[in-house]
Amino acid sequence: MKILVAVKQVAALDEDFEIRADGKDVEPDFLVRDLNEWDDFSLEEAMKIKESASTPVEVVAVCIGPDDADEALRKCLAKGADRAIRVWDDAIEGSDSIAIARLIAAVATREAPDMLFAGVQSSDHTFASTGIATASLLDWPHAAVVTSLTYTPGANTAVFRRELEGGVLHEMQIECPAVLTIQLGINTPRYASLRAIKQAAAKPIEVLTLEDLGVAPMHVGESGSLSRVRRMYIPEKGRAQMIEGSVEEKAARLAQIIKERAGGAA
Amino acid sequence: MSGVLIIAEHRRGELRPVTLELVAAAQAAKRGASDKVTVTVIADEPQKFVPALSVAGVDEILTVKVAAPEFEPDSYEAVVKALIEERQPALVLVPHSIDSFGYAAAVAATGRYGFATDVFRFEYQDDGLVATRGGYGQKVNIEVDFPGKDTIVLALRANMFKPPEGTASPSVVAFPAPPVKSRVSGREFIEMSSADDVDMTAAEFILAIGRGIGEESNVAQFKELAETVGATLGCSRPIADAGWLPKSRQIGQSGKTASACKLYVAMGISGAIQHLAGMKHVSTIVAVNADAGASIFSIAKYGIVGDIFEISEALREHF
Repeated sequence: MKILVAVKQVAALDEDFEIRADGKDVEPDFLVRDLNEWDDFSLEEAMKIKESASTPVEVVAVCIGPDDADEALRKCLAKGADRAIRVWDDAIEGSDSIAIARLIAAVATREAPDMLFAGVQSSDHTFASTGIATASLLDWPHAAVVTSLTYTPGANTAVFRRELEGGVLHEMQIECPAVLTIQLGINTPRYASLRAIKQAAAKPIEVLTLEDLGVAPMHVGESGSLSRVRRMYIPEKGRAQMIEGSVEEKAARLAQIIKERAGGAA
Repeated sequence: MSGVLIIAEHRRGELRPVTLELVAAAQAAKRGASDKVTVTVIADEPQKFVPALSVAGVDEILTVKVAAPEFEPDSYEAVVKALIEERQPALVLVPHSIDSFGYAAAVAATGRYGFATDVFRFEYQDDGLVATRGGYGQKVNIEVDFPGKDTIVLALRANMFKPPEGTASPSVVAFPAPPVKSRVSGREFIEMSSADDVDMTAAEFILAIGRGIGEESNVAQFKELAETVGATLGCSRPIADAGWLPKSRQIGQSGKTASACKLYVAMGISGAIQHLAGMKHVSTIVAVNADAGASIFSIAKYGIVGDIFEISEALREHF
């Protein structure tokens, strides 16, 4: 019994940043990298299933990315993942979420898990498409925005709730193996202990190439993508009128706005 | 390849308003008077949505009858793929929404169509369609194109296009659903509720807290502050997820729709895109945040950069 958890090492922008000379991305020096917040929840969901199961469950984390993505995988190992796989080849550079999905699907074919979890979206580019694209390339049942899950390892079906707009949940049943994209708040992700972090640093990370996965270079990167970045630019700043002054002056102005708009409460 | 195909979204018997925004967006995408705008509605009784879809700008409504009354990914995927093959549209528009998260990428990945999500602007340029989306937490804009793609699927962000006014009499055609074995089936809808019976949908003045409050023990002082200034206390997703406030107090797209809200004071909320999208309709938003670069300032009317604890302590003195 195995659960594959697809994770991403996301990038956030430093307070000051510059667009790369080709105008298509941000200079890498200005990017602060971390494990995607959603993936913390999918890994935890897999760990919960592993820990409550009566049969052995292996949790495998997979990440598509260059060397520095090992950091995200080490975090998963520190939190209890049994194995970590990283896929990289220079040809993967410039891939959109669909080309990335093709690689995750290839890893899933190789690993044959009973369940595949991915985050609903990543905090950096919020495509909200990698997990479901992976499912379709595998021809697996799939569901998005899962906010609770009832699943016994090895079972033919699982019951889940997806979170709709406006505070409503939709309970559904799905055939397994399946791909589920996991929403924030489905559980409370654990912190890794210092000891576990140290141990994870020594654990091996399996690195796979396109050749290992049998994926042709033309099926990844720009040629394997469904869209291509033309230009990245900094939009004009928001239109908020900034209230300046001392703390007291700011609070006084805020109080005035509240009294005017809320009909003079208090 | 011509024409625009829109996939309607509905829930519990009602058309979701974002569908009509897509109709407005489709007008912008028309490249000539002969370019047809077709809206497809997939349901167990699709014809009941025809009146709501007969709005200005719609040339044709396709009704597709399937077994499930509500959204289910396998049948949506199969129907949309069959439609694209049959109609060969240049553009397919879906909302960037919980439902489309469940099937749009699947359609695009297996059909190898052009594809972009969370698009808030698009136009045809000399060398084809260019779509704009945000990146790095909405701090940059990204223009993407789709070289060599005859059909492009775009998931459009809600609240970016103004729904059309006026009605029309589009032709209504039944399109037979392809055979599909659904592997996912709906059971029931559940309203999120909690012991604390606050009705965020009725609140006119909301003071909401986000991650900026730091610790659970700080919730109490903002509860008090909200009471003092006469506001209903709300929160962003991380606060509800952490259990510091009940889910019924969460506002933003996945929380309660704060439809009556006129004044919204956001304290320590940086503004994830779903939060911004869910609160954009409020006429007066005041954002207080320590980070001058917080996304919430892009939708706020007034902004205060500062320490939320200091500001709220000073604010209390005025009431």
